[in-house]
Amino acid sequence: MTVETFRVPPVSLLLVAGAAGLLVGSLRSSVFAELTVQGLALGAVYGSLALALVLVYRATRVVNFAQGELAMATTYVAWQLIQWGLSYWETFFATLAIAFVLGVVLEVVLVRPVQHRSVIAAVIVTVGLFILIDGVVNWIWGAGLKFMPSPFGTKVYHVGGVSIARLYPGMLGVVLVSVLLVWALFRFTKLGLGMRAAAFRPAESALVGVRVDWMLAIGWGLAAMLGAIAGLMTEPSQFVLQPTLMQPILVYAFAAAVLGGLESPAGAVVGGLAIGVSLTLVVQYVHPITSDLQTPVAFAVLVGVLLLKPSGLFGRPEVRRV
Amino acid sequence: MRRRLSTLASLLAVAGVLAALPFIISDYNVSLAAQVGVFFVAILGLNILTGYSGQISIGHGAFMAIGGYTTAVMSRDHHTNLVVTMLMAFAICFVIGLIVGLPALRLSGVYLALATFALAVSVPQLPLKWSKFLGGSGGVQSAQTVSHLWLYGAAWTASSILFALAWLILRGRVGRAFRAIRDSEIAAVASGIELPVYKTLAFGISAAYAGVAGSLFVLATNGFAQPSEFGVFLSLQLLVGAAVAGLGSLWGILAGAAFVGLLPSVSSSVPVIGSAHGRDVVFGAAVVLVMLLLPDGFAGLLARLRRLARA
Repeated sequence: MTVETFRVPPVSLLLVAGAAGLLVGSLRSSVFAELTVQGLALGAVYGSLALALVLVYRATRVVNFAQGELAMATTYVAWQLIQWGLSYWETFFATLAIAFVLGVVLEVVLVRPVQHRSVIAAVIVTVGLFILIDGVVNWIWGAGLKFMPSPFGTKVYHVGGVSIARLYPGMLGVVLVSVLLVWALFRFTKLGLGMRAAAFRPAESALVGVRVDWMLAIGWGLAAMLGAIAGLMTEPSQFVLQPTLMQPILVYAFAAAVLGGLESPAGAVVGGLAIGVSLTLVVQYVHPITSDLQTPVAFAVLVGVLLLKPSGLFGRPEVRRV
Repeated sequence: MRRRLSTLASLLAVAGVLAALPFIISDYNVSLAAQVGVFFVAILGLNILTGYSGQISIGHGAFMAIGGYTTAVMSRDHHTNLVVTMLMAFAICFVIGLIVGLPALRLSGVYLALATFALAVSVPQLPLKWSKFLGGSGGVQSAQTVSHLWLYGAAWTASSILFALAWLILRGRVGRAFRAIRDSEIAAVASGIELPVYKTLAFGISAAYAGVAGSLFVLATNGFAQPSEFGVFLSLQLLVGAAVAGLGSLWGILAGAAFVGLLPSVSSSVPVIGSAHGRDVVFGAAVVLVMLLLPDGFAGLLARLRRLARA
């Protein structure tokens, strides 16, 4: 997974150059530094949803258009648990467990029957799921705004002339820790090995005793957990919870996943950070582009990457045998 | 020969029922039937692209938006005859469809799905940017409005003409080329089919159909074109309609159009779940169920029933 980073020097050079640019900018202007931190935190959230999309795509070759709505629904579950009196962090872990179960159930019930049929069938099932989840959430909780307590308080740090709300390093930390845990799961455990094998060579893995169906279902469960983390971390950055919470985030996550190469987990995270930082900075510094144009810009990136380098920054070009 | 006669008979039956319908049902139901006609045109177009040439599009709401705005703007600025605006919508969307089809040549499968989704999200943002000409988020009001009956007549006349046109296009060389591309691009190229020509042509034709549907769609909302009406949800509805329809059957496309045109209105009058949100629950659940239970859509179901009847 990560080895590819080192095999492709131009990409690493690009990333180092980007990071250096951000550092120089941050040293010269405190506004730039604040926006960079904010952009990285938002980007980490996009990255975690993008990672969820990539895990699902690697496991089942399905692009899950309902991934964002699933994340939104689990955030509503968290809101409900808090209303029932759980503390924030109890809620956090309970929600992740619920999200995992939900992801597994959805894979088994809905995706497995259409997975081998066609791209179009699978896309339409996830589109139906998108509409269904949206309807269910509106039905149970209503479309009104809801508020959750902030997980990180309202403390603001001052570093030099730069003020940073504790929220942003908090978001960044939570997402990066969970991404590292997922990476470790895939890299160092037998379960992770089985999941990688099942995604890569289903028939051969089944022959050596990997329970392929369950590995794919667990992949969906993990993706739903990452989505839940994205939802839970998006809520404090938007300050309100409403059913449209994740719709723009899904757009950014698509762009991030494609930028990283739809098959590369590391690419999804890097892509998310890149999209988050660049959107935040572009809206601030490029005047014709206002915040209404964020989604079209993200999509221009998506289409641009698809046309110029369809395999993304970290993906391998697809080779087909005739 | 017998098969051709039965096809002709079913076509005549559909035409007869459609002609008689406005004299039987109430004015409100005429407006619903007109809405089904609008979706019929759009789904017919999407069927040519997705069903015949095998290219997925989650962006056809964008072409409907372009067609709809063509009608609204021409009517507002020049009081153009509405039928002429529909022909313009057809022509403009055909050209834009060809242009969109060019980058789509390099994409397939999920990548094309993502890129067309991009189109569906981006196009409704454009009126916000050029708000002087395109009315911003408030929308454009056409100078003319039409009655439900006029709309019904226009929608189903357009449906009939475009259905006949689709039949003419798909029965011969072009249709064969589309199907060959869908089944195997490499085999199609090897047998001398010019891939770029036919793939972009499929996009153009299909977009032109969506453009006409967009004009009618705007007329159905009292001649008012608004960005929020052309959101992603519309594109998703069209895709769902095409999936319900299945491939290349008149009955299938009628079923698909009725599914997306009527289900929301019908299910919002059902007790218990009969609210705006209950409607989405029913629609979403129905979409998932149809995909699981009818792999080839309504057309596939019909074919299966016919085989059963023969056995």
